[in-house]
Amino acid sequence: MASVFASIGNWITERAPGLMPVYRKHMTEYYAPKNFNLWYYFGSLALLVLVNQILTGIFLTMFYKPDAAAAFDSVEYIMRDVDWGWLIRYMHEVGASMFFIVVYLHMFRGLMYGSYKKPRELVWILGMLIFLALMAEAFMGYVLPWGNMSFWGAKVIISLFGTIPWIGESLVQWIMGDYNPADATLNRFFSLHVIALPLVLLLLVVLHLAALHEVGSNNPDGVEIKKKKDPVTHIPLDGIGFHPYYTVKDLFGAGFFMIICAFIIFYQPTLGGWFLEPDNFIPANNLLTPADIKPVWYFTPFYAMLRMVPSYLDTAVWGVIVMFLGIFVLFLVPWLDRGMVKSVRYRGTGYKFGLVLFALSFLMLGAVGAGVTSEQIPKWFGPDANATTIENLFGRFWLLVYFASFGGLWAYTYFGWEKTKPVPERVTTHA
Amino acid sequence: MRKPIIAASARIGAILLGTLLICGGAIAEEGGLAPANTRVDNIASLQRGARLFFNYCSGCHSLKYVRYSRLAEDLQLSEEDVLSSFAFTGAKIGDLAVSNMPEAKAADWFGKAPPDLSVEARAKGPDWIYNYLKSFYLDETRPVGWNNTVFPGASMPNVLWELQGAQRAVFAKAKPGEDARVEKFETTIPGRQSAAEFDESARDLTAFLEYVGEPAKLKRESMGVWVILYLGFFTFLAWLLKHEYWKDVH
Amino acid sequence: MANEGVDHGRRRFLTATTAVVGGAGALCAAVPFIKTWEPSARAKSAGAPVLADISKVEAGQMINVKWRGMPVFIVNRTAQQIDALKSLDAQLRDPSSSNSNQQPAYARNETRSIKPEWLVVVGICTHLGCSPKFFGELKPEPFDPQWKGGFYCPCHRSRYDLAGRVFSGVPAPANLPVPPYKFMPDGKHILIGVGPEGAA
Repeated sequence: MASVFASIGNWITERAPGLMPVYRKHMTEYYAPKNFNLWYYFGSLALLVLVNQILTGIFLTMFYKPDAAAAFDSVEYIMRDVDWGWLIRYMHEVGASMFFIVVYLHMFRGLMYGSYKKPRELVWILGMLIFLALMAEAFMGYVLPWGNMSFWGAKVIISLFGTIPWIGESLVQWIMGDYNPADATLNRFFSLHVIALPLVLLLLVVLHLAALHEVGSNNPDGVEIKKKKDPVTHIPLDGIGFHPYYTVKDLFGAGFFMIICAFIIFYQPTLGGWFLEPDNFIPANNLLTPADIKPVWYFTPFYAMLRMVPSYLDTAVWGVIVMFLGIFVLFLVPWLDRGMVKSVRYRGTGYKFGLVLFALSFLMLGAVGAGVTSEQIPKWFGPDANATTIENLFGRFWLLVYFASFGGLWAYTYFGWEKTKPVPERVTTHA
Repeated sequence: MRKPIIAASARIGAILLGTLLICGGAIAEEGGLAPANTRVDNIASLQRGARLFFNYCSGCHSLKYVRYSRLAEDLQLSEEDVLSSFAFTGAKIGDLAVSNMPEAKAADWFGKAPPDLSVEARAKGPDWIYNYLKSFYLDETRPVGWNNTVFPGASMPNVLWELQGAQRAVFAKAKPGEDARVEKFETTIPGRQSAAEFDESARDLTAFLEYVGEPAKLKRESMGVWVILYLGFFTFLAWLLKHEYWKDVH
Repeated sequence: MANEGVDHGRRRFLTATTAVVGGAGALCAAVPFIKTWEPSARAKSAGAPVLADISKVEAGQMINVKWRGMPVFIVNRTAQQIDALKSLDAQLRDPSSSNSNQQPAYARNETRSIKPEWLVVVGICTHLGCSPKFFGELKPEPFDPQWKGGFYCPCHRSRYDLAGRVFSGVPAPANLPVPPYKFMPDGKHILIGVGPEGAA
């Protein structure tokens, strides 16, 4: 058996001699730090989820009809009449939310361990671009079933572009191809969701990994393992071949992750309405506004940023600007952080405090955007309390904390207020 | 050495807390509706619910995503039984359970066409449906003569009144500037069923609509066990493999 | 990275076991995807058996019924038409219906049918798929001066007799297929798509 593989391998190598070295460079001879912890599973898990989305998406496209009059029906057709269609649909829908859980944790790892710092700024930027593409992909995907939340979510988000001065109205009509989200909108979102953005995503993922492999992975200690190499083999002393060590470890991680996904897919596929909203089981109806228009959970922090900024000078564009800034500021982190120490393990107390506040503000803003606060306020403050005022206070406070954590990071490191601990020369492991 | 364990436990704790919050949120969402306590895995309940639906509801409401053949399969009924008991429209066994009520005329007669109920249970939830069925009361001010506390202003008459009986609403004293709230119901004309029996009927009908909303639910839950067991076994093997290779690493 | 004491046997065993179990899982996971391609409940419903009313079909007449998107010819053959079938055997490519792909066992007889009078065949020429035209009368036709009734395909001039059997020397390679069908107990209907109980 092995000799068959060997002879095929030789045949290919004779004709494409560059292939085997590439494999070695990126797998067996890509030396990753040996101290990767739990936080380092999420990159490979994101790749796993991407493969799932593509596979299940391909099959869904075989049965889905991108026509405003037939889309909702076609999804129920998949759920009922197509053999096993319900499983494919649930895998795709749960996968979408799991994608964001994994990606948010993956990004947080990057922030925690300073993986965005020189020389990895490009890896970070490409990752942020993936995040942008992912948000667009998820938004358009949610519109496709053409449920009532699909329609109204599309209407609200597209209308954000209407706040742009002068060109806003025309821009909105251009995006929709109609005066309301309609068949034209659905068809173009279908094309973007099924082919355009997946290609963009795939390209960005390849570039993201290529950029990473150029400079090598960071690690929980923020130690540059390439600084200490074996004098004979030139292999980093703290490095181990990605294959087999991390392929085998990631395989285990994938198994564990799939167990969690299986629990959700088979027992709570809508996760109580968080992954798939009940309003989306009502067909799109432009005369029936849902009681609460809110995006799916993964957009809620940014949605809160939008809602917390009031209109000024007769325009609501400020909220839109703040929301986009909330995403854009993440692009700037490699340049905001002037500190020299990468990992939170050796950074100043202020930095740790700031990181926790950032995470907390993201979660709290998410609660506001999801309507959790407006639901809980009457329970905490009584039915006569002014819920809007209290929610605004709460939401604006955390909005300020969110942006302050970035400004604070800059000031803290620029003015040298941070007191770091000495960074070890070699990685520390819990051997 | 303890840090990773702390970190891991913190993460697990967060997941558990999150799950509790989600469940808590889901329960809290009811807003005062009595729980339906449907048993969608109870085939007898589904069969009774189906009979109720086709006898009392299908005249106006379609189940346009449901095929009679699928009902026969899932409710363990013969095709002849399904066709004779459920399909009054001359449909064939593979057809969809569409009502004969013409939509345009229905919109005229009722103010709003009776909606299709295939995914009603997914949009509103079983508790809403259960309470809705039980909350009709006589109201001469409404065109159909009935109103409903769960869905005020509903354009639908109480089709189950023969079973439930007709009830009137007793209003509590109105607060200044607010409409009077319904305090309780009083039966004026008794129905064929006792209160407990009608509760069961409402539950059966709700269970049927819940099943209709997601026919795959029974299959997916029973299948999930095997998938998770397999994945558990695979993950265990993968862990052994990982552990074996990582013995190298110090 | 220490390499002493690496138990290669154990590694190979664990790798192989994990690969086999994982592969089995992957195959099982592939099954639902592959099964989605089966005809859906909607397709099966649309392709369900069709009841054809033969109570008003007079002797010598043909009706055309759609089943699974295909035209099915039902002919009420006269005694004269049935008698003429034997005389054509020598001119036919497959007079005794030995090609078992073209009819179920219960139609592998002289008249290629359950009852002698009623011919039920799928009206799609076995050459390239056109629908042959019905020429039931036993009279000379431009394409055959000794015509004893049957079907003539205008596309490439294939000819079939009134049992759907293909003539020799024409492009079509096989007899017109007989679909599964049965007579309903009331005698007034033929159900196309289901064979008689117990028959293949």
